[in-house]
Amino acid sequence: MAIPLKYNLRNLRVRWRATIATALGIALTVAVFVMVMALARGLKATYVNTGDARNLLVMRKGSTAESSSQIERSKVLLFKYYDEIARNERGDPVASPEIIVLIQLDRLDGGNANILVRGIGPIGFELRPNVKLIEGRLFQPGLAECIVSRKISERFAHCRVGETFRAGKRTWRVTGIFDATKTTYESEIWTDADEVREAFSRSFYGSVLLRPKDAAAGAALIQRLEANKELFVRVLPESEYYKEQTKNAGPIQFMGGFLAVIMSIGAAFAAMNTMYASVGARTREIGTLRVLGFRRRDIYLSFLLESVLLALVGGALGCLASLPINGMATGTMSWTTFSEVAFEFRITGELLAKGLAFAVVMGVLGGLLPARVAARKPVLDALRSV
Amino acid sequence: MDQPIVQIRELSKVYRHGDIEVVALNSVSLDIGRGEFVALMGPSGSGKSTLLHIIAGIDRPTAGRCVVEGTEVGDLSETELAAWRKQHVGFVFQTFNLIPVLTAFENVELPLLLTGLSARERRDHVEAALELVGVADRMKHLPRQLSGGQEQRVAIARALVTDPTLLVADEPTGNLDAHSAADVLVLLQTLNRAAGKTVIMVTHDPKAAAYARRMVHLEKGELLNEK
Repeated sequence: MAIPLKYNLRNLRVRWRATIATALGIALTVAVFVMVMALARGLKATYVNTGDARNLLVMRKGSTAESSSQIERSKVLLFKYYDEIARNERGDPVASPEIIVLIQLDRLDGGNANILVRGIGPIGFELRPNVKLIEGRLFQPGLAECIVSRKISERFAHCRVGETFRAGKRTWRVTGIFDATKTTYESEIWTDADEVREAFSRSFYGSVLLRPKDAAAGAALIQRLEANKELFVRVLPESEYYKEQTKNAGPIQFMGGFLAVIMSIGAAFAAMNTMYASVGARTREIGTLRVLGFRRRDIYLSFLLESVLLALVGGALGCLASLPINGMATGTMSWTTFSEVAFEFRITGELLAKGLAFAVVMGVLGGLLPARVAARKPVLDALRSV
Repeated sequence: MDQPIVQIRELSKVYRHGDIEVVALNSVSLDIGRGEFVALMGPSGSGKSTLLHIIAGIDRPTAGRCVVEGTEVGDLSETELAAWRKQHVGFVFQTFNLIPVLTAFENVELPLLLTGLSARERRDHVEAALELVGVADRMKHLPRQLSGGQEQRVAIARALVTDPTLLVADEPTGNLDAHSAADVLVLLQTLNRAAGKTVIMVTHDPKAAAYARRMVHLEKGELLNEK
């Protein structure tokens, strides 16, 4: 680096008004980029956290989501007692036939949203040890009782312990609140599977979640179940199923990326404008540097670097501005289950680095032409400029 | 005189502004020896600055030759010229042309950044140059915190610090009051006499030119008889 960096830094400081105005434009763009990506990452992380690699999910062949799968009761009985399936202390197979229905609930802050009601059996809790009851008690089958996640009890009406809401043919009473932090269960209401089938007139289950004795048994079980023509099922590790669901973050990521790119074009032009003004005001300095023996390339690099430094100031501000949303909870619509998914924004070091890299790209794009103009000025003309 | 350090033969420079041609230099021939202090004099538009710019390698002749220490300056590419300038020419401007955001020390250090000197060596050179021109006590000041005379001294230190073949000054006292101007001229004279520097100075002021050992007059792009 022939021309010292302090030359650029001090010039940015001297022209602080233009520096700040331009940096803010870049900061805004980087902040939007980081926030949207944090949202997409948070959503993905929620799905990835949900699946347990030890569990297998059985759905009807051709279904891509639990909500669109149907498995008849009689078929569940055909495979529930297979040897490959683990048994609990009481000797029962660790397999939970479940059903999902969508209901509509009113939000506390107005409007309403689709919420997933999951009908499970007692084994369902054994398969999901990370779900914990934090208030009240479990539901009792047959009494139209249910438990709701903490996020839902905080965001929706009639969802606190002791309150009731109408759904299907029943009026459901909330008996407990559960915590399923950072998983999609955090956006569900749980109750008894058979009661759900009855209240919503379903003759079938949606899926069966089960745990094989070990990994080898799991592989064998997948083969055995899928080979059985009568069952007509698809079996996959629960973790894989939820990984597939991360495609829900796709549209958000795309929209965010699109928005950031559009904004970055504006911000790059702002940087270009600022750099052109800077080159114009420093023409005689450029001439002087050339007379001292600095080459065109030195001048070019110096101004390009200054533009990048300017953008980095903006990038750093943008990253700082986005930090407060880290860990903030929100909800969005899942495009596979058409229900609300609650999740937290997740800002990582890597994401911040990407935000800064994005700023650098804007700085380079904004600086290329002004730096070229600076480097190409004939020495004598530059010296004569006032 | 030994082999001249600057040899100018039949040098012409024509500027074109659309259809109009302006002859700035017309077939000028001149030799400048090592250790001379030459004043290039003449009224505005006489071509004295153009001649200086060509000698300093920041302008190119239209015809003729300008050889400085064996190098035909007009033949060099842009990049070669930049490298040549940093080695052979120390330029002093009428308007000082210090970089406003850099301190006196940093301004003088600038040309040394193009050399392979270590930070320590650079510091020694800069301090010596500032000492020589008498503004060592101002090295941490920014240009705007200096008087015109001090600024020009710093600029002379910057021109000297790489120990160039030629010290080239374009109206170095044009923006100074009489007192500061005399100081700067004495400094240039001292550098010439005590340190043996070859100095080429453009001026239209006979009082300034009187400090030089030799005066060369130009008028309308042509050399008049020397005094």
